[in-house]
Amino acid sequence: MQLFRSHVLVCGGTGCTSSNSEAIMTELNEKLVKNQLDAEVKVVQTGCFGLCEEGPIMVIYPEGTMYCRVDVKDVPEIVEEHLLKGRLVTRLLEASSQVQEDEQDIEKSSFFKKQLRVALRNCGRINPEEIDEYIAFDGYKALTKALTEMSPGEVIQTIKDSGLRGRGGGGFPTGTKWDFAAQQINDEKYVCCNADEGDPGAFMDRSVLEGDPHSVIEAMTIAGYAIGATHGFVYVRAEYPIAVHRLQIAIDQAREYGLLGDNILDTGFKFDLEIRLGAGAFVCGEETALMTSIEGKRGEPRVRPPFPAVKGLWQKPTILNNVETFANIPVILLKGADWFASMGTERSKGTKVFAVGGKINNTGLVEIPMGTTLREVVYEIGGGIPGGKQFKAAQTGGPSGGCIPASHIDTPIDYESLIELGAMMGSGGLIVMDEDTCMVDIAKFFLEFTVDESCGKCTPCRLGTRRMKDILEKITKGKGVMSDIDELETLARDIKASSLCALGQTAPNPVLSTLHYFRDEYEAHIRDKKCPAGSCKALLAYEIIEENCKSCGLCAKNCPVNAISGNKKEKIPFVIDPTVCVKCGVCFEKCPFEAIKK
Amino acid sequence: MNANARGCMEKDERTHLVTDIVAKHKNSKGALIPILHEVQELYGYLPVEAQETIAKEMNVPISEVFGVISFYSFFSLNPKGKHKISICMGTACYVKGSGPILDKLKETLAIGVGETTEDGEFTLEDCRCLGACGLAPVLTINGKVFGRLTKDDIPEIIEGCKTEGGSVL
Repeated sequence: MQLFRSHVLVCGGTGCTSSNSEAIMTELNEKLVKNQLDAEVKVVQTGCFGLCEEGPIMVIYPEGTMYCRVDVKDVPEIVEEHLLKGRLVTRLLEASSQVQEDEQDIEKSSFFKKQLRVALRNCGRINPEEIDEYIAFDGYKALTKALTEMSPGEVIQTIKDSGLRGRGGGGFPTGTKWDFAAQQINDEKYVCCNADEGDPGAFMDRSVLEGDPHSVIEAMTIAGYAIGATHGFVYVRAEYPIAVHRLQIAIDQAREYGLLGDNILDTGFKFDLEIRLGAGAFVCGEETALMTSIEGKRGEPRVRPPFPAVKGLWQKPTILNNVETFANIPVILLKGADWFASMGTERSKGTKVFAVGGKINNTGLVEIPMGTTLREVVYEIGGGIPGGKQFKAAQTGGPSGGCIPASHIDTPIDYESLIELGAMMGSGGLIVMDEDTCMVDIAKFFLEFTVDESCGKCTPCRLGTRRMKDILEKITKGKGVMSDIDELETLARDIKASSLCALGQTAPNPVLSTLHYFRDEYEAHIRDKKCPAGSCKALLAYEIIEENCKSCGLCAKNCPVNAISGNKKEKIPFVIDPTVCVKCGVCFEKCPFEAIKK
Repeated sequence: MNANARGCMEKDERTHLVTDIVAKHKNSKGALIPILHEVQELYGYLPVEAQETIAKEMNVPISEVFGVISFYSFFSLNPKGKHKISICMGTACYVKGSGPILDKLKETLAIGVGETTEDGEFTLEDCRCLGACGLAPVLTINGKVFGRLTKDDIPEIIEGCKTEGGSVL
């Protein structure tokens, strides 16, 4: 085996690939050859490091130096300075955490310090396209242990004891689900993986598939052994080409190594996997709809019970878990249920991955022990809000979830506390909003989403969500009346009570939650015809503050409709003619003296 | 090979390829959706004649094939423009201002979402979270990602597509 003195890890996740990380690797390999370092230094394409904001990311080991926002033209300097002469390229070090030169190890940076990576343990550490690297990090050891040392019942008991709950949204205890399916007597059972990550703003499942696909394959095989299934399906969004590609490579490699197939590890256990692509329907993230879609039909949900563990895919007992849930399984079997249960809160064990985005400095993927407070996530790991703005709320659970306002920022995050606040864990999208975000507009945004994605099978969801959206649209346009709020609440209650599946049952949540915490904003839109966040265009009126105006004329020069007049030479302050103004906001952006208010 | 290059092939040849695709999947359970994915890859969309071939070869009514196609937004019944612009309307991008960027795109191209310009150059689509939230707001043109955008970047990006001799980016 060839030994290298240094390893350069380059992120090959979707975020970094979008900002050219592949070209960086090509250049790096060329420059290594040119400097005759190619026998000493190895370039590895890894999965996501999580700090997507600062991508493309490169980490050089053994030092653990992380370089951020690397450009192709930075590569020669990195090779010549760092790899050849051993000197840091300080201008590329992570800027936001103000790390000292002697503390450039990525583990010590504020972004990583508070994190605990269990599900993401291999993301950013191994090359996802090399099964040997996964095996070197204890990969397939849990499967070996399960098949050779444990009975299916013992596997299920371990998962039950660990307290692992579904990471896809509902938080159902995983071990219990497996147990239901195991108890069914049937010669045909299925294991399905839900990788139809539709919540806009959540991308942890994609990152696991891109960065550590073997962990999911291993876990699904273990699940197959536990419940007595021989076949599995991974249902992945077609919009995730890199994830699909790497997962297919991983499945092929596992087959080649005898880790999938007819006689796994010579134990006589048989299990195989197939990828099925989604086709852009959010409702297919719902378990019964997902299975209908795998069957090749319109992905409409059906009534439960019977639950999939009894009658699922092709009417056979089926378990469905999401990607992050599966990624936890191998470590639980290896390190034990007690180890897993030692992390987290009383009823929510382990860690949770969040995709943190929106108005935050460190957009990216973070994995934290359950019970970490929102403040720690936003201000310590996330680096705070850009531009010194005020934190207003965080939205979790996407179109099914709700908001956590600033007054609850110290709440420890777990399944129960989020439900109590009227939000939910969901799949783990966490969108941060600042003072410029209008909460009525956000509620409208999510309702537009559900209207688009409602499959149309049941009336409360198909028509009810549309009525709610229409009312919200009316309010954001300044045409709302006070009774609209009551109507929203009545509709919300009825839709929640009577919809067929979770999509409809949770669709009113974003409205209820914003109404609960930000009712005054709704009232301001309706009663005062004002948008306090200054976001709803129809309710804006741009005005020049006379005292602040220096008569520079920049606003008038940039106004596309000549709505601004004044006189630069005679120093007459400028004014906006509201009858001509189209509220494009250019003057507001261009004014150097903050003399324009909205 | 991309959809446009395949557009030059004879119609009959493609029908033949559709038959091959169906034959490849026919014996696996739930084959219709994987078949539709591959056929759409071939044509760039799912024309009626391809639907007919699929229905005939699978021995199912064409209404069933059409029903599945119309359910999923990934499947298209119409040909797409040479440059397919998808703007991300995921929450992270929305909060960071993808709304005004979409308005600018509509204005510049003079088409709505889901429409194609008359000259067949541009199709405008919105999509849900590409997962490049670190680059928000983002759009893709034929899969190439443009990130950290403002609405002022739009005219230049559109011009860029046109001046590259109309070639696919």
